[in-house]
Amino acid sequence: MGYYILKRLLLAVPVLFGLTIIVFLIMAMIPGDPATAILGSYATPENVARLNRELGLDRSLAEQYFVWIGNLLQGDFGRSYTLNRPVIDEVLERFNATLILAGAALLMCSILGLLAGIVSAVHQFGWADRVITFVVLIGISTPSFFLGLLLILLFAVSWRVLPASGMFAIYGGGDLPDLLLHLILPAVTLSVVATGVIARLTRAAMLEVLRQDYIRTARAKGLSERRVIYRHAFKVALVNVIPVIGIQAGFVLGGAVYIETVFQWPGIGGMLVKAISTRDLLLVQGGVLVVAASYVLFNLLADIAQYMLDPRLKL
Amino acid sequence: MKTVNLLQRLGRIAVAMTLVLGLAAGGTARAMTPPNVLVVGQIAEPKSLDPHAVTAVNDFRILMNIYEGLVRYKDGTLEVEPALAQTWGISDDGLTYRFDLRPGVKFHDGTPLTAAAVKFNFERMLDENHPYHDTGPFPLSFFFSAIDKVETEGAGTVIFTLKEPYAPFLSNLAYPTGLIVSPEAVKQYSKDFGRHPSGTGPFRFAEWESNSKVVLERNDLYWGDAPSLDAVVFRPITDANTRVAEMLSGGLDLMVEVPPDNVGQFEKDSAFTVYEQAGPHVWFLILNAKEGPMADKRVRQAVNYAIDKKSLVENVLQGTAQVADGPTPPAFSWAYNNDLSPYPYDPKKARQLIKEAGVEGAKLTFYVTDGGSGMLDPVPMGAAIQADLAKVGFDVKIETYEWNTFLGKVNPGLAGKADMAEMAWMTNDPDTLPFLALRTGAFPDKGGFNSGYYSNPTVDRLLEDARRSTNQAERARLYKQMQSIVHDDAPWAFIANWKQNAVTTSQVSGFKLQPSFFLLLSGVSKP
Repeated sequence: MGYYILKRLLLAVPVLFGLTIIVFLIMAMIPGDPATAILGSYATPENVARLNRELGLDRSLAEQYFVWIGNLLQGDFGRSYTLNRPVIDEVLERFNATLILAGAALLMCSILGLLAGIVSAVHQFGWADRVITFVVLIGISTPSFFLGLLLILLFAVSWRVLPASGMFAIYGGGDLPDLLLHLILPAVTLSVVATGVIARLTRAAMLEVLRQDYIRTARAKGLSERRVIYRHAFKVALVNVIPVIGIQAGFVLGGAVYIETVFQWPGIGGMLVKAISTRDLLLVQGGVLVVAASYVLFNLLADIAQYMLDPRLKL
Repeated sequence: MKTVNLLQRLGRIAVAMTLVLGLAAGGTARAMTPPNVLVVGQIAEPKSLDPHAVTAVNDFRILMNIYEGLVRYKDGTLEVEPALAQTWGISDDGLTYRFDLRPGVKFHDGTPLTAAAVKFNFERMLDENHPYHDTGPFPLSFFFSAIDKVETEGAGTVIFTLKEPYAPFLSNLAYPTGLIVSPEAVKQYSKDFGRHPSGTGPFRFAEWESNSKVVLERNDLYWGDAPSLDAVVFRPITDANTRVAEMLSGGLDLMVEVPPDNVGQFEKDSAFTVYEQAGPHVWFLILNAKEGPMADKRVRQAVNYAIDKKSLVENVLQGTAQVADGPTPPAFSWAYNNDLSPYPYDPKKARQLIKEAGVEGAKLTFYVTDGGSGMLDPVPMGAAIQADLAKVGFDVKIETYEWNTFLGKVNPGLAGKADMAEMAWMTNDPDTLPFLALRTGAFPDKGGFNSGYYSNPTVDRLLEDARRSTNQAERARLYKQMQSIVHDDAPWAFIANWKQNAVTTSQVSGFKLQPSFFLLLSGVSKP
């Protein structure tokens, strides 16, 4: 197992390197440059050239890349052109915020999705199943930013029970209850689609398992229904659902961009979008690297979890 | 069945939690801003609090409360008055400016404002060999490229010597690029100075939590009238809908750039006050005067007659702008030609001019952008213009580009690429826009912004003379004459002057919008 983990981590290194080259090339191919973005309407060829020179952007692409890699290997991610602060500071702060949001959303969608799926399967075609299916359908169909705005209008503007945006209160606050209060609406909005997907898949997986002979045997043996469902059926169904949760984690992380914009959540999605539009190459590289590395790690964890649930699987 | 019980139990717990949460939240007087602290909703996260390092109005709004310049704009106008300089004198040849500084002024870090400090400020920006030049870059330093040298006389007098007469110099000093920062703070923080600002203004910097808030506190040692507010908190909220929601839910006291579709909503609500002010902004179409149908003046005038600007401003922009009549916005009241009026909406006259020029049914390429500072609502506006031009027989093809890409295509010139392109400018002096965009010497290959290649030697001469004169009445006369000629030559389709707007809760008092678009908060108060 340890050997397996090490192998996976080592394989990740060339992947990440390749990623940085691709990002570098794409950013170079997009028309425009940081100097034009910073100067905006004042971007005359003369001013742009001067600013590019000051930012070190008049060197060749290859040279810029090797300088960057060299700095990176010493732990220096460089300085953002547009924010004028070290890339690593900005990226870690923003990623931390996204982790909190995506983590909360994933927790919510996993627990709610699995529970809803189990209830749906156990009461197939019953009223609980129909209600859950209906709610899931609405959740999957509604665009996330629209839903987010609706929730803000309802809970923040009309009823005034939850904050409309932000991660913490602007004066005072900063503690855990404050964070949780601000986390509710964005996490719920973000998890809606994933909850729906996981619920439907769990339902299907459970229905599949509940038809198996060994379930009939377990009931015949006299085991309580709860034991049958959770200990025997659910555990087996979970093996098929975990990879989907893993994939949903990807969508949650990606969908976080819209949610971060609507709720002014200071996450990495919003940072990357802004960095790309202002051609802030170093910030884009730093952000993409951190997100990609976390993907690799998360995938590894998901695979290990699956293996631990079903020893029949080979690593 | 056991699972149903489990679910029922979970359901009850969930309902109970919601109730508890709701009560707890309701009990904490949700969404009330703190007393005597003004919470301002901004459109973006600031880039830096070093005034020489930024270009965006968004950043200026915070900076004008922390720092001051040698001069400043008189309240409600774009004319300069003393600020950190008590008096000044200009030599007859317009090359030497002498400023006598106000005595006893200190920066927020306690160091004194001296002539040496002022000299440091300008040399840091302009001299590539200055030891702190690497704390830049300084994108707008070219505002002061006319400076030859800065000298001091004692601790209280600064003397600027210019390379050639440059009338906008005083106005540029009132602009954020001319604000005075504490040299000691720059030396202490070096590249991080932008996150630890130190100026002389009515508010001092307290805290900057990235992407969350910038907090300024009252400067009790301010040399002028100290503000009544304890603090100001700037919150960046990029999504316009969320910003409006925050304003409606009580999370903000003041919001700028109210989306046109929401202005009416705030106006009708007595809990809010809406403010409007014409600003030094022009939205126009650059027309390709070098080649194609637009090379003919009659066709350019036809475009101006064919577009229903009133409808555009009232319906597409929901009244948040007024129709423009020339290259100089009325906000520059001293230089604006009051005798001019906008081209009236006259499709018949447009058709007649098009027929005379022999370009009926011409195909036109129109560059449109999706955003950008001051571009208002460029996509619907582009579509409306295309429709208006279709009514007079033109076949307009729109090409839409993302803002930075758009600039990359338009700034080098429209020749061989397009017949028209959207553009907007916000400036601080009536010289800037025409000088950089309407002169023969400002063609793109010479480093200017005259992407339509308009050329009129009389206009060139008027602009150059106006720049060299330091007599405001004389400059005004020259600019008014220039506007008349440019209105007639129609190198651009003059569309709109943006009316900047803001909304506050009705409890906020003492707030006024400035024609400069600066957000000045020292006179504001709230319970």
